[in-house]
Amino acid sequence: MDLGLTEMQEMLKNGARDFLENECPEQLVRDMEEDDAGYSSALWQKMAEQGWQGLLIPEEHGGAGFDFLDLCVLLEEFGRALVPGPFMSTVLGGAVPLIEIGSDEQKAEFLPKIASGDVIFTLALTEPSARFDDEGVQCEASVNGNDVTFNGVKLFVPDANVADYIIVAGRSEKGITLGIVATDQDGVDITQLQTIARDKQAEVKLNNAQGQLLGVEGAGWEALGPVIHRYTVGECAYMVGLAQMDFEISVDYAKERVQFGRPIGSFQAIQHKCADMVTDVDGSRFIMYKAAWAISTGQSEDETQMSVNMAKAWCSDATRRVVAHGQQIHGGIGFTKDYKIQLYFRRQKRAELSFGDADYHRELVAQQLGI
Amino acid sequence: MDWQDSQEQAQFRTEVAEFIQTRLPDRYRSGEENNDETQTTGWQADRKSNDASAKESAITWADALAEKGWIAPHWPKEYGGAGLSVMEQFIYNQEMAKADAPPVGGMGVSLLGPTMIVHGSEEQKAEHLPKILSGEVAWAQGYSEPSSGSDLASLQTRATRDGDDFVINGQKIWTSGAQYADWLFALVRTDPEAPKHRGISFLVMDITTPGLTVRPIVDMGWQEPFNETFFEDVRVSTSNIIGEENRGWYVGMTLLDFERSGISGAIEYERTIKELLKYVNAESEDDTRVRDDFESVRHQIADRYLEVNVLFNFAFRIVSMQNSGMVPNYEASVNKMFGSETHQRLARTGTKVFGLYSNLWSEDSEYSPMRSSFTRDYVRSVPHTIFSGSSEIQRNVIATRGLGLPRG
Ligand SMILES: Cc1cc2nc3c(=O)[nH]c(=O)nc-3n(C[C@H](O)[C@H](O)[C@H](O)COP(=O)(O)OP(=O)(O)OC[C@H]3O[C@@H](n4cnc5c(N)ncnc54)[C@H](O)[C@@H]3O)c2cc1C
Repeated sequence: MDLGLTEMQEMLKNGARDFLENECPEQLVRDMEEDDAGYSSALWQKMAEQGWQGLLIPEEHGGAGFDFLDLCVLLEEFGRALVPGPFMSTVLGGAVPLIEIGSDEQKAEFLPKIASGDVIFTLALTEPSARFDDEGVQCEASVNGNDVTFNGVKLFVPDANVADYIIVAGRSEKGITLGIVATDQDGVDITQLQTIARDKQAEVKLNNAQGQLLGVEGAGWEALGPVIHRYTVGECAYMVGLAQMDFEISVDYAKERVQFGRPIGSFQAIQHKCADMVTDVDGSRFIMYKAAWAISTGQSEDETQMSVNMAKAWCSDATRRVVAHGQQIHGGIGFTKDYKIQLYFRRQKRAELSFGDADYHRELVAQQLGI
Repeated sequence: MDWQDSQEQAQFRTEVAEFIQTRLPDRYRSGEENNDETQTTGWQADRKSNDASAKESAITWADALAEKGWIAPHWPKEYGGAGLSVMEQFIYNQEMAKADAPPVGGMGVSLLGPTMIVHGSEEQKAEHLPKILSGEVAWAQGYSEPSSGSDLASLQTRATRDGDDFVINGQKIWTSGAQYADWLFALVRTDPEAPKHRGISFLVMDITTPGLTVRPIVDMGWQEPFNETFFEDVRVSTSNIIGEENRGWYVGMTLLDFERSGISGAIEYERTIKELLKYVNAESEDDTRVRDDFESVRHQIADRYLEVNVLFNFAFRIVSMQNSGMVPNYEASVNKMFGSETHQRLARTGTKVFGLYSNLWSEDSEYSPMRSSFTRDYVRSVPHTIFSGSSEIQRNVIATRGLGLPRG
């Protein structure tokens, strides 16, 4: 047993941190809140040169062939830097399902382009019902050979505004069915939503949208299992990095801000908030990595499922406690748009809600405990 | 990151587990009738028990562990320990906790011995260490006083030099197990003029020394885990000082280089929650004791399960750090604080599950769910956020020593 990072992971982490400090400063994060695309294509290309979009992609398809836990090390840094843009949707929503169930032709067609930063993917899972289970998928799918036609509405689809392809979950007479849908067709109508994190999520209306079948008709929900696991844990990693940074900023502020003739960090009411923040951040980190480890090392289905649910249940609540303390410690300045701490607060909520909040996952934990 | 044993670790784990499986006396096996009671009174009390079979069990178990050097697995071999690495100690502690096997030797093994090994003279080590290992001498810790708890360095018990002796006057309180102990290690004030941390010495003494009185205190669970200890002109040779005179604070606070993950707490709480789940899930239709009418209760149980998993990771992190040569700083405080608070939440959740039946304290009433263990734990977990540094003190330490916030 060893809860430290390997040398290689340390390198990945430090390299990412240095890179993102230079290439993804606060100003870029703010600019992208107001930008229509919501990401910088220059940064996107530089990230591809770092090999990040292809981190999980096998070498024969132009990637680096790292494992999922390594990706989480990177995503923690993304959370820290609040990297805007379609990275998670492309890698977790696009590359992962392709790796898991794509045909050889689909892998050869798309994976090298993802790795090189030439295409953007996303995953359209949720609908207006806002459910994360299979019942939530009601969009119609009809299959004809290798082709699939979709009709319905997908909601809260991340980064659909810039995606070249959307992996759509629909329902045919045989059950849940996945397809790869190009966005440059008339049958795909994308409307951006205004969100708390000013990230880009969309309503995607599919009106006889044409796509290629991904995996087997009717076996889509089983195929989505590993994708949902990875995306969920990826969101946890992002939250861990985000919360770590919120906590660091808050502790620094508590050391500098003087009231009643002394730093507010010398007041116990503030100190104890800081102590609880580090406990929550550290607790989140390890429970997240435990789930990432279970996935990467192929622990049993039951153990993996449980550890993913535990991670998302814990990280969703714990990081919310962290960013709430972060706001409180900052007093009035924290409520201003100009000051940075609010950037973390708003993004925490997005990640908390993504793939189910703590209540949702806690319920799944309770079910697995048999109660 | 890796949550699994290496091959060597797995091998050592098997060795420990098999040893416990074959050698642990029946009295200490989980599921045995009297296990709850032996847990609270412990090995130290059994050793002095009037009950011949209790005494016999205590001795048999100590002898078995002694064969392996496992009474004090963390002590160096030259002093009769097993010289285990930090990771091996961790595995040893894990397996002992899993089997609910009582550690032997009490505070002599865990606190006094390691302190003496670092600060004691060769004569002191030769006199005391073997008796700790043979189980001949049990120790108690006299630090706290009525007016000096969290602010321990303000302690007032006075030791005045008189020729080759110290003469001690004053009072200690909360001295755990002193009624079963043979020797006491204490912090006493030897220089009242010096700044408070610099006038304290670390003294050891026979608990039967004239003038020394131990009086048990009854706790809120109606047991007697601790005592008041009074000193009236207690004469102790100056050779009983450990380390230098007036340096006792630093001797007492020595960061000892042994496994500090506190893994046994996590294991105990995991066992508790699994037993609760087993009970709740096996409950028959007409068992009205389990309240399953509220969603919130189910979610509370799930939350406790989560917290125990978080706690495991905190413990794993500490031993991982130590294993790669790092010294845990605030991480140990996080562990202590989170562990004790999880313990209390777990007990509270248990009492929620059983609703009105959580009134029951008796272990053997036909009405008692799970032998009233949650109700009992609800009371018994109360001091866990107080002793060994209260939760407030831990948060202070995390904030100041860990995060570098200015002291108040
Ligand atoms: C079951 C049990 C066994 C024990 N065994 C032993 C033993 O064997 N040997 C021994 O020497 N002692 C022992 N103790 C004593 C224990 O170490 C003390 O109880 C502990 O140090 C707290 O001191 P106190 O009880 O005087 O509380 P106080 O220090 O008076 O604390 C009261 C409250 O004030 C808070 N507080 C105090 N200072 C601060 C601060 N700076 N900031 C914020 N809050 C603060 C505390 O957190 C607590 O909530 C034992 C105690 C218990 C309960």
